[in-house]
Amino acid sequence: MSYEFLQILWFILIAVLWIGFFFLEGFDFGVGMLLPFLGKKDEERRAIINTIGSVWDGNEVWLLTAGGATFAAFPEWYATMFSGFYLAFFLLLVGLIMRGISFEYRSKDANPAWRNRFDWMIAIGSFLSALLLGAAFANLARGVPINADKMFTGNLFTLLNPYGLLGGVTTVAIFVLHGANFLGLKLEGELRERVNVFAKKLWIGTTVLYIALAISTYIAGFWSRGFVNPGVVPIAALAVLLAAGYFINRRMEGWAFIMVALNIVLTQITFFSMTFPNVMLSTTNLEWSLTIYNASSSQYTLGVMSIVALTFVPIVLAYQGWTYYMFRKRISTDKKSLVY
Amino acid sequence: MDLITLSRLQFGLTTVYHWLFVPLTLGLGWFVAYFQTRYYQTKDETWHKMAKFWGKLFLINFAIGVVTGIVQEFQFGMNWSEYSRYVGDIFGAPLAIEALMAFFLESTFLGVWIFGEGKIPEKAHLASIWMVAIGSNLSAIWILLANGWMQNPVGYAINESAGRAEMVDFFAIVSNPKAWIFVWHTLADGLAMAAFLILAVSAYHLVRKQNLDFFKCSFQIGAVMGLIASALVFLGGHTMGQFMYESQPMKMAALEAVWKTEEPASFSLLTIGDLTGRQEVWSIRIPYVMSFLACNNFTCEVKGVNELQAQYEQQYGHGNYVPLMVITYWTFRIMMGFGFIMMGAAVWFLYATRRPDYENAKWLKLVPFGALFLPYLANASGWILTEMGRQPWIVFGLLKVQDAVSPNLTTVDLLISLIGYTVVYSSLAVAMVYLMKKYAIAGPDATMHESVDVAPALVGSQD
Repeated sequence: MSYEFLQILWFILIAVLWIGFFFLEGFDFGVGMLLPFLGKKDEERRAIINTIGSVWDGNEVWLLTAGGATFAAFPEWYATMFSGFYLAFFLLLVGLIMRGISFEYRSKDANPAWRNRFDWMIAIGSFLSALLLGAAFANLARGVPINADKMFTGNLFTLLNPYGLLGGVTTVAIFVLHGANFLGLKLEGELRERVNVFAKKLWIGTTVLYIALAISTYIAGFWSRGFVNPGVVPIAALAVLLAAGYFINRRMEGWAFIMVALNIVLTQITFFSMTFPNVMLSTTNLEWSLTIYNASSSQYTLGVMSIVALTFVPIVLAYQGWTYYMFRKRISTDKKSLVY
Repeated sequence: MDLITLSRLQFGLTTVYHWLFVPLTLGLGWFVAYFQTRYYQTKDETWHKMAKFWGKLFLINFAIGVVTGIVQEFQFGMNWSEYSRYVGDIFGAPLAIEALMAFFLESTFLGVWIFGEGKIPEKAHLASIWMVAIGSNLSAIWILLANGWMQNPVGYAINESAGRAEMVDFFAIVSNPKAWIFVWHTLADGLAMAAFLILAVSAYHLVRKQNLDFFKCSFQIGAVMGLIASALVFLGGHTMGQFMYESQPMKMAALEAVWKTEEPASFSLLTIGDLTGRQEVWSIRIPYVMSFLACNNFTCEVKGVNELQAQYEQQYGHGNYVPLMVITYWTFRIMMGFGFIMMGAAVWFLYATRRPDYENAKWLKLVPFGALFLPYLANASGWILTEMGRQPWIVFGLLKVQDAVSPNLTTVDLLISLIGYTVVYSSLAVAMVYLMKKYAIAGPDATMHESVDVAPALVGSQD
């Protein structure tokens, strides 16, 4: 396999990992953000958490694997992005820590104040994570100041530009909607009714934000800087989001979930094809951008890692798929059936 | 403080903290899997309770390891970008494989294990706890392969035009002998930690005459495994000594405070250095023992710090190649001393528990304290020794710590994150210790319910 083939293969693999992460952890973040607003009683909150209880940790590993794979395949990208977005990623880590520990600890004490505190930490942690990830990706699409030594020269405020923030807020909105759809599939009874009402309202706001983001991206000309024109993909992404509204209004929960999931996947595909072959665009000088060619590992390392990835990714997909199948039943708020 | 010191401090704090919890996860997973297997085979309710009770403590501890582990995955890039650029071609691979092969396994099946009881076939539920134990230990193996490479870099070549080290032999990296001695030492240490936690909690209840059968059974298992595991830890450590003698003689000399080359070398019981830290003022020594630790015979030569410093200056250029000796010297003694105490204690437990009424014995009252603190202190000391003993290198002989740090960061960035991590991690510790204590004290019957607090109150129960 040629060096260039491997570099492209790894760009695609990392894109797949991020897509997997946004698709799966997207609804986990959404469920987390909805938790204190949707669940009024303790059993309700526990039922909401249990819809993702058995899967959120495995879903989060997609992020860790995307990070690890970026380190292995594109060390320069890993080094520049994580050191460059330092404080943003620090806050992301704090958000992920808050959320993760709360899932495990919230029910381990009966004190309502203890539980309420952890529930809010889940919501805030999920919100913070979604916002920062969205802002980070919007900034990657926009480009960031990078010098000739592949070093990021901005700071936290460089990332807090209007486009970056719009990307962050839109991501939050999409994830909340995705989470609501997921809950519609997993809950029953009164909670399910409540979440269906929520989803209708959420869809309107989300769609407005999404269209604003699409228009800003188009006007700024972020489409046309890579080699690949995303073409109809972003149009399809918008179309499925509109279709999601139709299905939400008709209470076709399965279809609504699929449509928003597709929107997330297609948006990510748009992002990665807009970027390719750059991995981090330099706004200081386009020549100084990090690309799959100047940021990658050696051919030998990419070859070894390809064998590893092509062996283990199918295995992971198989057993993660199996767990979703095993826990496919709806969760009731009946105390006896709840796992704490 | 400057950027390098702050970055080192942060890495040290977050990593030592992370590693306070992980060894228990590594070891206790095997125990819980074993208990549940026994229950599956015998349908004896005691084994069920064993799996549930120790499983709850396992989960409370596991959660901290998971959330602090996320920081580990990213902080190489965040704080050590030049390191990541220079050796990412090699070092990134074990990290990515760790995530792909191990993190997915342990995280996915942990969820299955927590939520699966009574909902999925019993066999699948049993298999899931084994997957968790295997996954977490696999993850330790990959990160130790990565760390082993930093201690003893193999299978690489310097690419001058790219200005970095590149992997040329993946199999050399995964068969790095240094790393496998680490694996042996560390996985055994995990088992020892778990055994001593079980001993500590069991002793607490035995002294109070609560659930005697349950905790006597636990105590016995803890004592047997405690002895086997701490003996394995010792043998691994001893083998590591000989390997260090070959590959990192400076670390060896520094942990022993050997300034001048000795043949045969004596072991120092207590050494006081002068203020420059480069000369010995006074010491008590046992002849020959150091030679035994270093090369398994009683007469070999152990090189001194002064000679090695001169040799390294010639080899790598001007600089200070001596690690902070007060740290290496004392952490080595704490690690080894506590390790021996643990081994001795395990022998005593096995001997003393032959009396049927040992729950009345006085020595049992000391166990909860000793068995809790010694393993943690020994474990943290060992890692501080191995990492600080490598200074000034981040990758031995290849890259110095001062050249590895992210140059775009400011001290303000570092202060924000350092204070932030400290606050977050301290709160985690408070919650964790609170829950551990509560669940450990509540005993096995309470953990059979959803939560040890009976009748959980409702959130917003007014409506």
